[in-house]
Parts: sequence; structure tokens; C-alpha cells
Amino acid sequence: MVTPPPVTETQVLRVAKTVRQDRWAQVGPVVLGTAGVVTFLIAWQLYAQFGPVSNEYLPYPAEVIGQFFGNFALTSFWASVGATLWAWFLGLVISAIAGLVLGVIIGSSRFLRRATFTVIEFLRPIPSVALIPIAALAFGPQLEAELLVIIYGCFFVVLIQTLYGVADVDRVAHETTLTMGLNWGQRARHLVVPTLLPYFFTGVRLSATISLILAVSAELIIGTPGLGQSVAQAQLNGAPVAMYALIVTAGVLGIIINTGAKIAERKALFWHESVRAEVPA
Amino acid sequence: MNILKNLAYWLGLPIILILIWHFATMGDISPFVPRPLPLWEKFVSVWLGENLLTDVLPSIGRLLLALAISIVLGVVLGVLIGSFRSARWFFEPLFEFLRAIPSTIMIPVLLLVVGLNDNMRITVIVLGSIWPVLLNTITGVRSLDEVLSNSAKVYGVHGWGRVWHLVLPGASPAIMAGVRQSLAVGLILMVVSEMFASANGIGTLITNFQNRVAVPEMWSGVLLLGVVGVVLSAIFALVQKGVLKWYDGLKAAADGN
Repeated sequence: MVTPPPVTETQVLRVAKTVRQDRWAQVGPVVLGTAGVVTFLIAWQLYAQFGPVSNEYLPYPAEVIGQFFGNFALTSFWASVGATLWAWFLGLVISAIAGLVLGVIIGSSRFLRRATFTVIEFLRPIPSVALIPIAALAFGPQLEAELLVIIYGCFFVVLIQTLYGVADVDRVAHETTLTMGLNWGQRARHLVVPTLLPYFFTGVRLSATISLILAVSAELIIGTPGLGQSVAQAQLNGAPVAMYALIVTAGVLGIIINTGAKIAERKALFWHESVRAEVPA
Repeated sequence: MNILKNLAYWLGLPIILILIWHFATMGDISPFVPRPLPLWEKFVSVWLGENLLTDVLPSIGRLLLALAISIVLGVVLGVLIGSFRSARWFFEPLFEFLRAIPSTIMIPVLLLVVGLNDNMRITVIVLGSIWPVLLNTITGVRSLDEVLSNSAKVYGVHGWGRVWHLVLPGASPAIMAGVRQSLAVGLILMVVSEMFASANGIGTLITNFQNRVAVPEMWSGVLLLGVVGVVLSAIFALVQKGVLKWYDGLKAAADGN
């Protein structure tokens, strides 16, 4: 019979240390993350109180947070959040569909890919906010103006990702499907779509963020109803607390959209290795 | 022969499109639709004349300065924060929130706090374009190759040497991906900051044309911004090719096996 060697004190200490580290790895992000946010708020408070900027321009965080929650009781607040989200959603859906359809058509043909390269590479970097004045003149402060700006900005992001996705189809797999006599529909279903989807969803996720930025910018400058317009109004009315509260709202919307897009992407791509790899076996 | 064919591919569609555009806009059309010939004339007369010095170059100067600040600040802060686990935990939620704020909405606030001047416009651009660089640098530093990292430790490489020879090169693919996003964001913010708070610049001039309902001039501004965008991404592609030469080679070698 073999007796196990006695456990030394060093070993016990080492195990205890690992356990402590494990627990810290779970709690640490929450504790330190909260500390980070609190530190930021304190720094803001101190700067507003003692800094060179007048309190009229930089209100205290407590006032802003109070107003942020106070807004929830106002119909006009929800109307402007709703208007921004509606423009965001319409713009995103239209550009996703348009980008996907055109991307698949262009991407499937070598000739079209090469022929459209120059045009796409020139049109893509034009910042869509440059279209704001034209949209303002052509449509006035209406949803159409906002949509024009959003769609131009997001369409190319989805288009480019779709093009990458179609181009990424594995050559060997492609030739295999040909040899095995899969027809066009089967090839699309089993080969192109699975390769394309992750790229497409990346494009949509990026567009979701861009769409919000463009919606707010268009509202800010053109004056279409929405969060951006409310901020511009608050500035004109000299209501800094309202302005900061709306900006916090925009940040919260941004976080919800970012997180929502990430979750949607993971749900839709649960079968893909890039997502599966993150799940412990 | 091949060169001719490539040239045909490059210029074919643009020429066809411009011709179609030209003939389609010959008749009576909506005043908002631009026409190619007047557009080109306006482009030359508006942007390549004296406005080049008073508006175009200051805009681009501000953009480049702001991008330089964002890249340097983003990389320095990113390396610092990325190297310490506690620092990452401390800053992560705060950064997630600050990054999620659509940066153009900060313009009215900065107008109040910083005032209407070049500093404000540069601050706006930096506030928007620092995030991709900063967050990508943190990710890049975190995902350094473990074997390389440990080897460096064994060989006693630390401090500046470690940052210079291991951390920065190792994180450079991620950093470059961040810089690429920053360019696009920076250009957007340059235009919006000038449209909202006007003094001089490309965005201001375009807004002036809007107020005068000078549609061809406005379109020529869009064309100019397209050119700026294309030139920026071309310069970036060159820099990236130089910086990531080793990485592209590594990838090519890995694919070859």
C-alpha cells in the first residue's frame, strides 16, 4: 500500500492563493468596473465644482442623472427616442437588404467584381454626412432626409462585407459541390450561405452603430425630430442639464444597440466555429 | 495586353456611368440632381482656387492633427491599460459607455465647454476617433502570443525593450485595424463639427452653399470629400503595407503550408 506524501504547508498556501485568485477573477471586473465609473463621476463633480468651466455649461452629475430618469415620465422624451430609433431601424434594414442583394450579385461574378471595383472604392469613403446639406434641401427636416444619410453610410459597409463573404467561399469545397452534382439552389444553401452569413452579420453589426451616429447627426444638423434635434434645442434654450441628460440617453441607446447586435449575431451564428469556439467544451 | 485589360476594368464602368449620367441629365430634371460637367467646373473653381488655402487645407490640417493625437494617445493608453489586468477591469465599463455615445452629439456640449474654436473641432475629432485605436490596442496587447511573451521574460526583456520589441509589434495588426476605423470616423466628425459650428473649413463652406441653395457647389463639396477619403485610405494602405510586412509574410507562409 502506498501512502500519499504528506501535504506541506507551502502546498496549502499555494492552493489557497489559487482559490483567492479565482474568486478575484470573478468579482474583480465588477468591483473595479464600478470603481471606475464612480471615480469618473467624482472627477466630473470636482471639475464642475472647482474647474474653470462655469456651472452653467457643465452641470453636476447628480442633476444630470436626476433629469435622465425624470425624462422617463415625459411623452415628448419618448417621442424623440422613438423617432431616432425608427429612423435607425428603417435605415439599417433597407441598407442591409440592399447591401446583401447587390453584394451577392456583384460577388458572384468575377467580371462584375473587377468592373465595379473603382466605382465602389470611390463612392465608399465619401462620408455620408457630406450629403446632409443636400438631403436637407431636397427633403426638408423629414424622415426621408435622415434615411438618405443613414442608408448611404450603412449600405457600403454591408456591401463590402458581403463581397468579402462571397469571395471567401472555399475553392476546394466549391469544386467538390460541382463534382458531386449539387445544383444551384443546393450550392447556395449549403456552401455560399454558411460562408457568407458571418461576414454579413459583421456588416450589420457595424452598421447598427453607424446608423445611430448618422441618425443623431442628421437630426442635429437638419432638425428632423429625434434625440439629436432635442439636444440642439436644449442648447438653444440654454438648458445644459437637459442636454447632458439626452447625451447620456444616447449613450445608453448606443450600449443597448451594441450589446443587442452582438447577442443577435451570436444567436444567429450559433453553429459557426467562431462562436462555438468560445463555448467551453 | 494585360495592362490594357486592367485599365479597361478600372475605367470602364466609371466612364460608362458618367456618360449615362451626362446624357440622362441633359433634359429638364430636378434641380437637386447634379450634372457631371457643371459639377467638374464647380469643383475646380470652388475648391482649387483661393478656398484651397482658406478652407480645404485648414480642414485637412485639423483632421490630420486630431488623427495623430488620437493614434498616439490611443496607443499609449492602450498599451498601459492593456498590460495590467486591474486597469482593464477598472476602465472597461466606463469606456464601453463613453464609446457608445454617438460622438457627433457631443458637439453642442463641447461648443459650451471648450468654445467655438479650432481646439473644439480637434477635440471632437479626437473624442470620436480615439476609441477604435484605444480599444483595439488593448485587445492587441491582451492577445499577445504567449510563447513569445514568456520567451521575452526568460531572456530578461522588460521595460522599454519589451514594449518596443514585443508589445507594439505584436499588437500592430490590431492597432492598424483600429486606425483604419478612426480615419473614417475622423472624416465624419471633421465635416459635422464644421457644419455645426462654423468658421472656416470644408463643412462650413458646404453649409454656406446650402443656405444659398447653390446645389452644384454642394455636390462639388461631396466630390471633394470623396477625394479626401480615397487619398486618406490610399496613404493608409501604403503605411499598413510597410508596418505589417512581417505579419502579411507570416500569414502567407502559414497559408502556404
